[in-house]
Amino acid sequence: MYTLTGLELKNPTLLAAGVLGTTGASLCRVAREGGAGAVVTKSIGPVPKTGHPNPSMVRLDCGFLNAMGLPNPSYPAFLQELELAKKDAGVPVIASIFGGNPGEFAEVAEGLLPEKPDAFELNVSCPHAEGYGAAVGSNPCLVEAVTAAVKDVVDVPVWVKLTPNVSDITAIGNAAEAGGADAVVAINTVKGMAIDIESGYPVLGNRSGGLSGKAVKPVAVKCVYDLYTALEIPVIGVGGVSSWEDAVEMMMAGAAAVQVGSAVYDRMDVFSEIGAGIEAFLQRKGYSDVKKIIGLAHEMV
Amino acid sequence: MLPLNVMTLPLNVSIERIVEESPLVRTFFFSHSFENMEPGQFVMVWIRGVDEVPMGLSRKNSITVQKVGEATSKLFELKEGDSFGLRGPFGKGFSLPAAGEKVLVIAGGVGAAPLSPYAEAAGDAGADVQTVLGARSAGDLLFEDRFSAVGALDVSTDDGSKGTKGFVTDVLRKLDVSAFDRIAVCGPEIMMVSVFRLLQEKDVLEKAEFSLHRYFKCGIGVCGACCIDPSGLRVCKDGPVFSGVQLLGSELGKYARDASGRRVKI
Ligand SMILES: Cc1cc2nc3c(=O)[nH]c(=O)nc-3n(C[C@H](O)[C@H](O)[C@H](O)COP(=O)(O)OP(=O)(O)OC[C@H]3O[C@@H](n4cnc5c(N)ncnc54)[C@H](O)[C@@H]3O)c2cc1C
Ligand SMILES: Cc1cc2nc3c(=O)[nH]c(=O)nc-3n(C[C@H](O)[C@H](O)[C@H](O)COP(=O)(O)O)c2cc1C
Ligand code: FES
Repeated sequence: MYTLTGLELKNPTLLAAGVLGTTGASLCRVAREGGAGAVVTKSIGPVPKTGHPNPSMVRLDCGFLNAMGLPNPSYPAFLQELELAKKDAGVPVIASIFGGNPGEFAEVAEGLLPEKPDAFELNVSCPHAEGYGAAVGSNPCLVEAVTAAVKDVVDVPVWVKLTPNVSDITAIGNAAEAGGADAVVAINTVKGMAIDIESGYPVLGNRSGGLSGKAVKPVAVKCVYDLYTALEIPVIGVGGVSSWEDAVEMMMAGAAAVQVGSAVYDRMDVFSEIGAGIEAFLQRKGYSDVKKIIGLAHEMV
Repeated sequence: MLPLNVMTLPLNVSIERIVEESPLVRTFFFSHSFENMEPGQFVMVWIRGVDEVPMGLSRKNSITVQKVGEATSKLFELKEGDSFGLRGPFGKGFSLPAAGEKVLVIAGGVGAAPLSPYAEAAGDAGADVQTVLGARSAGDLLFEDRFSAVGALDVSTDDGSKGTKGFVTDVLRKLDVSAFDRIAVCGPEIMMVSVFRLLQEKDVLEKAEFSLHRYFKCGIGVCGACCIDPSGLRVCKDGPVFSGVQLLGSELGKYARDASGRRVKI
């Protein structure tokens, strides 16, 4: 068992927000069939949103580009999905939420409390939703205020998900910590774009979006590395993890656990596979505990 | 060899020929042939500047489209020589029969689009193919020629202008469905539910496959927009074709989720 901000996890791999997290049944499937140690829901907001027009996600040679546009049914309609996930997933369920200001974040968190999410993850980092996400998450004062507002109304751990699309991610991490965050999650997608050269049209319906998958792993490793140095609270690593080797690398940079998003494209059971791979690695190398590798790279000078 | 970008960024194709199948349905033949497509698989059709929507392949090189809203209307404005983008083919198709098997194809409306290449492939495989084709009216019946070229064809129309007056289920009730080794179904959800119930009553669900329709965003099994209850299966990747048994006790015919993820009654 791993402990992460007080949550008990059977393995340190979590489903990342916005991937297979729209329905309760899907979250349960990722937990049971996929073997995830915990699951994070799609980011839920104050009002229903249909998201950006398609194409909303395309695969590239080096990863994926997406601009979903935070589609979500709003918190009242999501309660029934959360209820199902909590009932049947058998692992902690973390509610990812977003809003345009501290009041909206608090409203959504309170609105979801009746179904008892095990933690909240605040999405202040989506790169392609006007007025939400990174619009909030690139402003340290707002990040601190949003974090404090949610901490005020809930009594479960609050994680803050950070955007790499800022000049200094540790400044935002510090703001989250000052607001009372129990952990930070890094990173959300990296701003990106693709253009169809036959027509000149940008491929995504929103014209541009966020890059995920393999291509962003080095960016994520560096962000996690810097946050580990700057913060007291745990850092949860996400971005381009698709194998146990990637997960171990992220942990050596300082991640207390990893999230996996895009890699579900290849296979659903990537979580149990990574979990088993980490265990085997620890045994082979003679590490008595996973804690021995968290932040290891910082000591190797 | 397919160009490397077929599975990644949209492939640019031009329209080689447009066939008006009925006032609201057109077939678009495009400049690329998906040689390895499985009947029942779909492509994401990108009408640039408008939207990208899923369409079943009606041949290796065609889609057959019913005009219902913004994207399909824009597609109907395109002429031969114009182009659009295609990603795919994606998803799991209908399972093909072995030689000598008896196959029943049940198609309603534009559901005939993915089933016509299936009926042909089943015929090529040496199966004995029989089709029940339904539509609102005689003029809306799709691909009668393609289905009748590979085997027996029974027709139903809501208004009785051709074949049995009523629904495909009115034809099915007269058939011994237990005589078939495989049953492939695609059509409007209301129609598929009545077929599902009838096949369940006759205890042949394990031989049946249904092609489902849910709101697609990514189309590649990552975003989770198209998942069905209570299995959590993704229509775009684990489907769109599911076995009858996989759909027992499912949301089929009850509700679907819209683009925001809200449940909407069927
Ligand atoms: C696997 C699959 C295969 C399909 N094959 C065919 C086919 O061969 N021929 C055909 O005519 N139609 C097919 N459809 C339906 C087709 O995708 C919709 O009719 C089309 O998306 C309508 O777009 P629109 O902008 O014209 O309509 P809109 O005005 O946008 O909407 C009308 C209805 O179309 C549906 N729709 C819109 N966008 C999407 C989307 N991104 N994903 C799924 N449904 C959507 C919704 O149910 C909506 O209520 C298929 C759907 C699926 C899921
Ligand atoms: C289709 C898709 C949807 C996403 N939606 C969200 C979301 O709603 N909220 C969020 O915080 N992050 C969202 N993300 C970002 C992921 O959670 C993750 O941070 C990012 O994809 C990097 O991880 P990966 O390389 O493992 O995918 C989304 C990513 C993808 C690919
Ligand atoms: S449409 Fe994204 S998972 Fe099916």
